[in-house]
Amino acid sequence: MKAAVVVFPGSNCDADTLYVLKNLLGIDARYVWHGENCLHENTDLVVLPGGFSHGDYLRTGAMAARAPIMTAVRNHAAYGKPVLGICNGFQILLEAGLLPGAMLPNTSTQFRCEWVHIRVESLETPFSSTCRPEQVLRLPIAHGEGNYVIDHDGLSELQDQERIVYRYTTAEGIDSPDANPNGSMDNIAGICSSDRNVVGMMPHPERASEESLGSQDGLTIWESVLDGMGD
Amino acid sequence: MGISPGWDGRLTNNSEHSLPTDAELREVALTRDEYKRATDLLGRQPNQIELGIIGGMWSEHCGYKHSRPLLKRLPGDGDQVLIGAGEENAGAVDIGDGLAIVMKIESHNHPSAVEPFQGAATGVGGILRDIFTMGARPIALLDSLRFGPLDDQRGRYLANGIVGGVAWYGNCMGIPTVGGEVSINKCYRGNPLVNAMCVGIIEHEKLTSATAKGSGNQLILVGADTGRDGIHGATFASVDDPEASHRGVVQVGNPFMEKLLLEACLEALQTNTVVGLQDLGATGLTSSSVESAGRGGGGVAIQVDKIARRADGMSPYELMLSESQERMLVVAKRGDVSKLQSVFSRWGLHSDVIGEVISTPNLEVLDGDIHVASIPIDMLVNAPTYSFPVERPRYLDETSSFSKDLIPDVVDPTATFLKMLASPNIASRQPIYQQYDHMVGTNTIIAPGGDAALLRVKGTEKAIAVATDGNGRTTFLEPFVGGASAVAEAARNISCTGAVPIALTNCLNFGSPEQPTAYYQLSQAIDGMAAASTALGTPVISGNVSLYNESDGESIWPTPIVGALGILNNLEKRCQIGFACSGDEIAVLGAGTPELDGSEYLSVIHDVVAGIPKLVLSDELALQRLVRELISAQLLASAHDCADGGLAIALAESAFAGGVGVRAESLHTKHRIDEMLFGESQSRIVVSYSSGAGPAVAAAAATAGVPFFQLGNVGGDRLLIGPIDVALTDAESDWTNGLRLALAGNA
Repeated sequence: MKAAVVVFPGSNCDADTLYVLKNLLGIDARYVWHGENCLHENTDLVVLPGGFSHGDYLRTGAMAARAPIMTAVRNHAAYGKPVLGICNGFQILLEAGLLPGAMLPNTSTQFRCEWVHIRVESLETPFSSTCRPEQVLRLPIAHGEGNYVIDHDGLSELQDQERIVYRYTTAEGIDSPDANPNGSMDNIAGICSSDRNVVGMMPHPERASEESLGSQDGLTIWESVLDGMGD
Repeated sequence: MGISPGWDGRLTNNSEHSLPTDAELREVALTRDEYKRATDLLGRQPNQIELGIIGGMWSEHCGYKHSRPLLKRLPGDGDQVLIGAGEENAGAVDIGDGLAIVMKIESHNHPSAVEPFQGAATGVGGILRDIFTMGARPIALLDSLRFGPLDDQRGRYLANGIVGGVAWYGNCMGIPTVGGEVSINKCYRGNPLVNAMCVGIIEHEKLTSATAKGSGNQLILVGADTGRDGIHGATFASVDDPEASHRGVVQVGNPFMEKLLLEACLEALQTNTVVGLQDLGATGLTSSSVESAGRGGGGVAIQVDKIARRADGMSPYELMLSESQERMLVVAKRGDVSKLQSVFSRWGLHSDVIGEVISTPNLEVLDGDIHVASIPIDMLVNAPTYSFPVERPRYLDETSSFSKDLIPDVVDPTATFLKMLASPNIASRQPIYQQYDHMVGTNTIIAPGGDAALLRVKGTEKAIAVATDGNGRTTFLEPFVGGASAVAEAARNISCTGAVPIALTNCLNFGSPEQPTAYYQLSQAIDGMAAASTALGTPVISGNVSLYNESDGESIWPTPIVGALGILNNLEKRCQIGFACSGDEIAVLGAGTPELDGSEYLSVIHDVVAGIPKLVLSDELALQRLVRELISAQLLASAHDCADGGLAIALAESAFAGGVGVRAESLHTKHRIDEMLFGESQSRIVVSYSSGAGPAVAAAAATAGVPFFQLGNVGGDRLLIGPIDVALTDAESDWTNGLRLALAGNA
């Protein structure tokens, strides 16, 4: 399997993501610069990593969504190949129109870096296929704008099509406003596209892929995509 | 470049000047005597530009003119020291495997008092540049903060602004903020402290010097354009009362630009065309070019008309002294400029050749054909130094005659305990560190909330531990012990993870050195630091001095801050502060009689700041060696420095971290209950271990000559500590909410 980690100016989880893919999972993973027009040949997986692309001085992700490489990412997605946006990567996918909805600042109005629990709501994506139904994962978040919003019809569509992939819950997997770290609508932590191959999520699986870092729950997300590739 | 080989050294605008007025000298923070000295050294009167350059270079911030003689007392040598204090932008130590850690702490107090968010943010930006200017990749930030009380709106504005600024810059850069400390006292009301520390990692052979050498090599200015922001920032930081200064001196940060600068500089260093790299900090282009030339032994010529600027009509004076952030000076091999510029442009950074290295050991400044300044480098890098008279402050007579007999013992220990837990200096720091991305980089093994942060070193079995510490109240009450205990506590925090402390960086936040009592505090505190650094074998490899910390005529408490680095050879043999298993035994290692002197308890419960804090360095060394030995033998389940708030608070913190109660109800004393629960003698560590390990722990303590007292057991869902009896969740809720509510103005 070949993976591409896209580097935008201001990406800062690119190295962490590459480390997990390459050093822990042994995937042929490489960086792709945002100014490139195409991905490496035979790229299977595209990851848009976290960070502050272009400083997030405009709306988060808005500048990066218009980078030259995004045309290639769009094409990659159109072929049904997996694309994962983590944190700022999720925000970029929203701005690029590859996923619906938008992000608002956290209701606390502050940046939050902490451990959260998410419940896997759908196994029908490349990034959740090997999870157990309703499995609860412990992953970190680190963002100032993770308060996901979408209009009423859009939310109904996400719900009806089971496109909400992860929801914030308590450690026991119970829905609770207290378990929602940012005010996100319907406790949404991650969603997928209508073709289900593009997934955006606010929590960071790359920060929870080794026991010494406090959790290995992120591995199930990477293993799902490996499994889907038949590796 | 504009310097012709036959240039005769005369200034184009060398007309006679009238003597500067007192106001003009104050503007550049020079005394009349210093002006005379400058005139003598120069052999003529300096012109206005030269005066600004000399004032900046001779400021305390750049020249350490008031502290240099004292700083020489700090031990700087050690087997592992690769780059010592004052040699480069930061110090460096060997950690084995061909790797080095580069580190430094620096203050940004005065800007933060005026504009807290940007002042703190640019403090972080500045210390980051000090690290990557050495070629190292920053891997951790720590921030030591001091605020005034949060019960007024301005206090909260400053505190929240400073935390927000620290968070914004570090988060955007993607460098984890893994530690630090916060303390609140009214002495910091008009003059908060922001000390930012950065730690970087590099392979030895890649260490880069900030040297401008090799006549004809070219100076490239890269990064942000130069504006009028921050002119006189260095001199501003070197005179008292920030409130009285004007706002124009505060810079505005751009962490995105700095992120690009970081990546571009590290990439540029791979091209082998860089002779030296120096960031632009205080006094901007002036100190960066002068200090680089000073290290190289030659001179530099700056062509100010080549500098890209963000404002019209900037004068050479402004261009030389601007403190616009996110700029780097690159000394490039002649002819290799285009290779470097293509790296910078790939990262979207503007760069210009703005000068060159010259063999004449001077700073020459040209504006087109006009030669506007010419000053010997030697004169600029050797600021005059001063020693001041010292006088023991009179308040010490009063504070040292404190008798605990004047204070009633606790009546309701549980209520007092809960009040202590919720007080802003003891309550959980999570409301602050949850705003910092402390995980990016995926190296953070022990996150904020412990004694020291622990970061793994990828590709090795090692980890590094980092911590900051410092206690203004202790230093106020007994300056020597304050300096020594800052070192001891920072090192103790490191030892509690199992790591061996190997080096220190320090930031000295004091009042005006011109006041004999403040100079006494500074001198004593440095002596204390030197004694502790020597005793614990931890050389001081870098540091910074911030003087004139006062407002409305009142000095802050003298506040020496120490940043410590430790190395743990086997990451698996680490320890943390949380109690782990029900049934484990709890003990305290270290000095016997806790004392109320200078304690948080006296301050919070009785509003008394008095007593004589004590520290015995031989006890400290024995204690730290013992705890490291026990951790290395994997005998301990937890280890936690017993510090602010004393034993009861340390037990509670370990219980909260482990999510399990404490059974130490049989704890009793023949003396005072408050001393037993909240007394704060130095050199104590609370440990827990399985009952099977008990005899081995006791035997090791006996062999080490370290007192060992068993306190009780881990277990249950209550905190039973002598007479204290409260549900764990109730106590934790008070502790969790104390600072959160205070910061929100809901305390």
